Amino acid sequence: MSQSQENRFSSIADCRRDFPALHQQVHEHPLAYLDSAASAQQPESVIESVAHYQQRDHANVHRGVYTLSHRATEAYEGARDKIRSFINASNRKEVILTSGTTESINLVAQSYCRPRLQPGDEILITHMEHHANIVPWQLVCEQTGAVLVAAPINDAGELDIDAFDKLLSDRTRLVAVAHVSNALGTVNPVEHIIRRAKAHDIPVLLDGAQGVPHMNVDVQALDCDFYAFSAHKMFGPTGTGVLFGKEALLEDMPPYQGGGDMILEVSFDGTTYNELPYKFEAGTPNISGVIGLGAAVDYLLSVGMDNIAQHETRLLDYMTQQLGNIDGMRLIGTARSKASVQSFLVDDIHPHDLGTILDHQGVAIRTGHHCAMPVMDFFGIPGTARASVALYNNRDDIDQLVDAIRKAQQIFS
Amino acid sequence: MNAIDINQDDELRDLYRELILDHARNPRHFHKIDDATHTAEGINPLCGDKLRLYAKVDGDVITEASFEGSGCAISVASASLMTDLVTGLSIHRALDCFAEVTGRLTDPEHQTGHDFSINLDKIRALDGVRDYPSRVKCATLAWHALNSAVRGQSQPVSTE
Repeated sequence: MSQSQENRFSSIADCRRDFPALHQQVHEHPLAYLDSAASAQQPESVIESVAHYQQRDHANVHRGVYTLSHRATEAYEGARDKIRSFINASNRKEVILTSGTTESINLVAQSYCRPRLQPGDEILITHMEHHANIVPWQLVCEQTGAVLVAAPINDAGELDIDAFDKLLSDRTRLVAVAHVSNALGTVNPVEHIIRRAKAHDIPVLLDGAQGVPHMNVDVQALDCDFYAFSAHKMFGPTGTGVLFGKEALLEDMPPYQGGGDMILEVSFDGTTYNELPYKFEAGTPNISGVIGLGAAVDYLLSVGMDNIAQHETRLLDYMTQQLGNIDGMRLIGTARSKASVQSFLVDDIHPHDLGTILDHQGVAIRTGHHCAMPVMDFFGIPGTARASVALYNNRDDIDQLVDAIRKAQQIFS
Repeated sequence: MNAIDINQDDELRDLYRELILDHARNPRHFHKIDDATHTAEGINPLCGDKLRLYAKVDGDVITEASFEGSGCAISVASASLMTDLVTGLSIHRALDCFAEVTGRLTDPEHQTGHDFSINLDKIRALDGVRDYPSRVKCATLAWHALNSAVRGQSQPVSTE
């Protein structure tokens, strides 16, 4: 290993210090937090930025003529600029601040799809989607008579790309695909998917909730039309997130919700809508959450997305290997290209029982269907245990996980 | 690797008692009743527990109770213990048990009524879940399904 690589990895190891929540005992064991795919812990800098705003700068944005409102607006809009640069959107009008991935997808379903869809039109997703990338499309299909089509996956949890290609047709009006599967960890071949969809002139939405925290995302290089993600999975606060959309598409879309801030002029004869991005941001936004998201972007950039991806890939490989050494282990999701997540089942121990026993060893994992019931149906299982790694995890966390699983096996033996 | 002394962890042992593990591994009354008079589905979306409860009622007496489905050890053991207990009870007394068990597991202030005379010793094996708020729903799922079935409600019950 070269000197520079050593330095880089020592700096990643140091990241753990930045996260106050990680330094505690749970049931008299050090906390091994392996559930960042559900919600990631926040670094001190994010917590501080929110506290600073609450203590010194709080006022409503885009309204007041006084100093505090200027400060709040500056911090809020400053965060938008950071996000724009982080995902390389071509301009700030393309960065819509929402309550999270779920709202971002619902916005596209209701504002982009609903006015366009005719009976018999199709929306193409995959079998591995999170409920947030299924149910909004089901709703708009019910409203319009359109049909939701799911491309199949294989036993490794990979998209069947040939089947996907065949399902693209002149009836397809939108393709909506997870960048990274939350239940399986599969990194989808989004470049291929986008290229194929573009050949049919079909716009593509990527559910990036599990993508953005783990890898470089460049929406221009990807050439996706929409990209949705959440702050709390990338070390920011809950209740805020982003919809990136191409300006031309967003311009053509009617507002999603009505209210303050999204208008230019209101009279009882009619209302003129505000320009992008404000047209889609009705009401007082989650100002502190967005400021925290801006700080989270700064944090990720200070560590470096390539360093994060490299660290997590090594850790995920180690975890998969260590889990695989356990007798009675069944790994769910064994795609060739993966990020962050490993789902599994041990012997015939129900994931929920496993989760409780692991908690007693200080190990926090997710158990259940991971809001991806069709994935569970595909594998014929009610749910899985899922461990996910983030930039602050290390091998000790994995070793603690493995020891705790062995203990569960003893209890259930 | 050193063997872990699982007896050191009394709290976990309190949750996963031998009786619970036995009923989870070998659930009693784990089948469908083809001529059931009452049935209801119970769903715990948090962990994916899903069971269907069957009861055969003659007059006012539950002559047979059973269940099918899949779930965690706590929910399966609870359903197994419950179907064992309520077989032979009147609906009225079974509902008293429902109130007693759910009350004990969910309400720290719960006090058993003076006229409650049914032996719940085995069900007490589930008392360990009181320390696990997220698991109380697993332990009460079968009981909610029973309540729904004998009251003739057709909607699946959910513990969410």
